[in-house]
Amino acid sequence: MDTCIEKIRAIGADLLAKGTVEKVIGFADGSIPMATRPMALTSDKDVDKLVFNSVCGLNLANYVSKNSLSNKEGKIAVVAKGCDARNLVTHIVENQISREQIYIIGVPCTGMVDKRKIAALFDDEITGFEEHGDTLTITSASKTETVKKADVLRHNCRVCTHRNPPVYDVMAGDPVEEQTLDHPYEDVDQIAAMDLDARWAYFENLTKNCIRCYACRNACPLCYCPTCFVDESSPQWVGKGQNEIDVTTFHFLRAFHCAGRCTDCGACVEACPMGINVRDFTRKLNKDALELFGWEAGLVLDKRPPLDAYSPNDPNDFIK
Amino acid sequence: MNFITIDKKDWAPGIDKSRKTFRVYGPVEDENGCQIKPLAPDMQPKMDAAVTVMSAKSVLFPQTEKILTATLDESKDDHHVMKPVKTDDMPRVVLGIRPYDAKAVHLVKLNFDNPDYKDPYWCAAYDATTLVGLGVTRPGPCDFSTSVGCGPFSEEGLDVLMADMDDKYIAKLLTKKGEKWAAACGFDTSADPKESQVLFDVLKKEAEKQIQADVTTDKLAQKTILDLYDAPFWDEVAFSCINCGTCTYVCPTCWCFDIQDETRHNTAVRFRNWDSCMSPLFTYHASGHNPRGTKVHRVRQRFMHKLKYFLDKYEQGIMCVGCGRCVASCPVNIDIREVCNRMNDYETTK
Repeated sequence: MDTCIEKIRAIGADLLAKGTVEKVIGFADGSIPMATRPMALTSDKDVDKLVFNSVCGLNLANYVSKNSLSNKEGKIAVVAKGCDARNLVTHIVENQISREQIYIIGVPCTGMVDKRKIAALFDDEITGFEEHGDTLTITSASKTETVKKADVLRHNCRVCTHRNPPVYDVMAGDPVEEQTLDHPYEDVDQIAAMDLDARWAYFENLTKNCIRCYACRNACPLCYCPTCFVDESSPQWVGKGQNEIDVTTFHFLRAFHCAGRCTDCGACVEACPMGINVRDFTRKLNKDALELFGWEAGLVLDKRPPLDAYSPNDPNDFIK
Repeated sequence: MNFITIDKKDWAPGIDKSRKTFRVYGPVEDENGCQIKPLAPDMQPKMDAAVTVMSAKSVLFPQTEKILTATLDESKDDHHVMKPVKTDDMPRVVLGIRPYDAKAVHLVKLNFDNPDYKDPYWCAAYDATTLVGLGVTRPGPCDFSTSVGCGPFSEEGLDVLMADMDDKYIAKLLTKKGEKWAAACGFDTSADPKESQVLFDVLKKEAEKQIQADVTTDKLAQKTILDLYDAPFWDEVAFSCINCGTCTYVCPTCWCFDIQDETRHNTAVRFRNWDSCMSPLFTYHASGHNPRGTKVHRVRQRFMHKLKYFLDKYEQGIMCVGCGRCVASCPVNIDIREVCNRMNDYETTK
């Protein structure tokens, strides 16, 4: 894809040189193939460190929430894909930051690649990764593979319908065409169609390798609670060991806490060292939010999310 | 030193034979990568597997381990008295462990088995365990084991080191435990010790040549703790960190744990769980104060412990075997090789 990187760098340099922002948060190249690392630039001389490619899979809105209003920091620019921008909007709507504190450098996005899918093409470890347009060239000690980016996209990117940031201060490129999908929640429907026992077994199997490192939680911009319920010790809501009930309790509650807020950015799955598709939980809630309330998170600044507003038209009886 | 040859067609029957004496652990592959796990009776280890996501540390130091138990039934004389749980000390063997993971066991031993303190659970597991390593002939891009006093054919901590020769393994029996394991499998075809050693040396050289990382640790010992602690780079190192526990949990040498009590009906159980210095809870005081209250504190602690405090305390090098798992699994690409070089090269201007 046209990664807009020259434009991103020019915008970043201009913002820093003019003092419009204190820092620019973006992605820098990583030290191993298919890795990037979030970084904060404070000097316009460093903008060449910025990259934007198909392995910028984390969500940079996560690096703003922890510098919330109370820190009284200056203005921060964020390089934002569609989902990152939606999470910045969610931060604003949830009063974590003010609109004035953030300068959104919007990047039209054609999706991020699934690193596990690419790794699965090889028996040995990947030593090189290059991207030219929509073609990826991946090498290991034993072979070189050339693949189309579209064939190895992450699932959340394949079903993304907001590739362009809905809210931004400047765009680093022309908007890309948005995808239209006949069955946006096919994955959820497949799980929902299972009978109760099969569904339970599916989720047990899903989380069986979880090591409770909380990378999914910590990579998520929504998880900004000062103390997460799993870390509370007085009272202690959930056991801290590898008991499967405790492990699944964490996953269920984390997902519920994201209801009506999740933008399906995929950072949780990207961060998980054990390859657990925790989106199987959040996707169901996204589907419910859409079907019950016509709601997709992070699209507009002037509407309250369905779960933090009372409406006489609420589809649930118990609340009336 | 004892060398034996194991024909690959004898491998699986031999392993099966050993199951009478040993619980067998080995690499198991599923859709999400490879792990060292206990093998079911019908399972064989995947010896040519890629590096496991998690190390073999859990064989001796499970992520959650029941250590004490008590009854809460007040009609019993011993109610509320914590007693050790029965542990399963059946001999176990870990097949296909990478040499750096065995060296890591040696480092972890410094904590759990030393003149001041012996951890009964870890020591019992250690005594029961035989480590059968497989030399790494194709080290991956994250492997920097040669920089930290280890390597793809390192023998430290292993009971047996094997080399894969296509249709057979050549195995170097390094300890009595190793010999017992070979006997239990019925592997007894001796190999010429001189020829075998030459072969091991060649394979070792070939493998070490492929490791390109240049991590230097030579100047860490002469730095003062406070100079490194106050170094200006920690904010930058820590910026991208999301404070998950991935690096500490995948690390074969991270040994920190937490103690938790749980009750169910009339039974109380004391567990120990892996803990992570990346978590705010790790140092959260009952007073409400947290001496490592920010992620920069915590990231600094992890690297200072591995690369400086450990080095100073034990004088056995750094607390890292160069497996590269933390590099490969870190969601934000914090690379211990870069941090180590930065610390090693740092000269204070004060």
